[in-house]
Amino acid sequence: MTFLLDLHDHKAHATAISIILPLTIISSLIYIKSGNASLKVTIIVTIGSMIGAYIGSKILNRIPVNVIRKVFGTIMIITAIGMMFN
Amino acid sequence: MGILSGVMSGLGIGGGTILIPSLVILTKTSQQIAQSVNLISFIPSSIVALIVHLKNNNIEKSMIKKLILPGIIATCIGALLAIKINSDILKKIFSLFLFVMGLYEFISIKNIKNKK
Repeated sequence: MTFLLDLHDHKAHATAISIILPLTIISSLIYIKSGNASLKVTIIVTIGSMIGAYIGSKILNRIPVNVIRKVFGTIMIITAIGMMFN
Repeated sequence: MGILSGVMSGLGIGGGTILIPSLVILTKTSQQIAQSVNLISFIPSSIVALIVHLKNNNIEKSMIKKLILPGIIATCIGALLAIKINSDILKKIFSLFLFVMGLYEFISIKNIKNKK
């Protein structure tokens, strides 16, 4: 959104959430209705991600963004290759 | 694992890009279920975030009107497709997407440097 619509980063993020949230609810309902959901796993992950988001926002300020991007980029590429051939 | 993916999303990188593969690989859930878990677990935290943004008046309302309708249509098509597709094929498509996103992380580093 920052590139395509020329919004400021902050506003882009907020506006993105306001659009993504209703879309997420719609697709969640489609998944649930078709039986492709697991209550147990969802609860575990939701609790975990709340704790994680807290920890994440704390360490965010200590590590340079470029380092984070490199680490995640590498993890994502390796995982992608793993999933492709697994 | 939830904690780990939460750390990721707290860091501003889509938690799902880490959460979905780790669920599929480590706990052997099907690709569809992993995707639904990722979607549903996003709802509570984004409701909180949205309320904060609304209070701070950070939301561009004219933009929402333009984007929401095509978004809803695309979402329905996407979700219905994801349900119908075979789990293995969906996994392959997802991994391709993940690969491109991984490359993008590196490309965006260069862009940030160029701007400076």
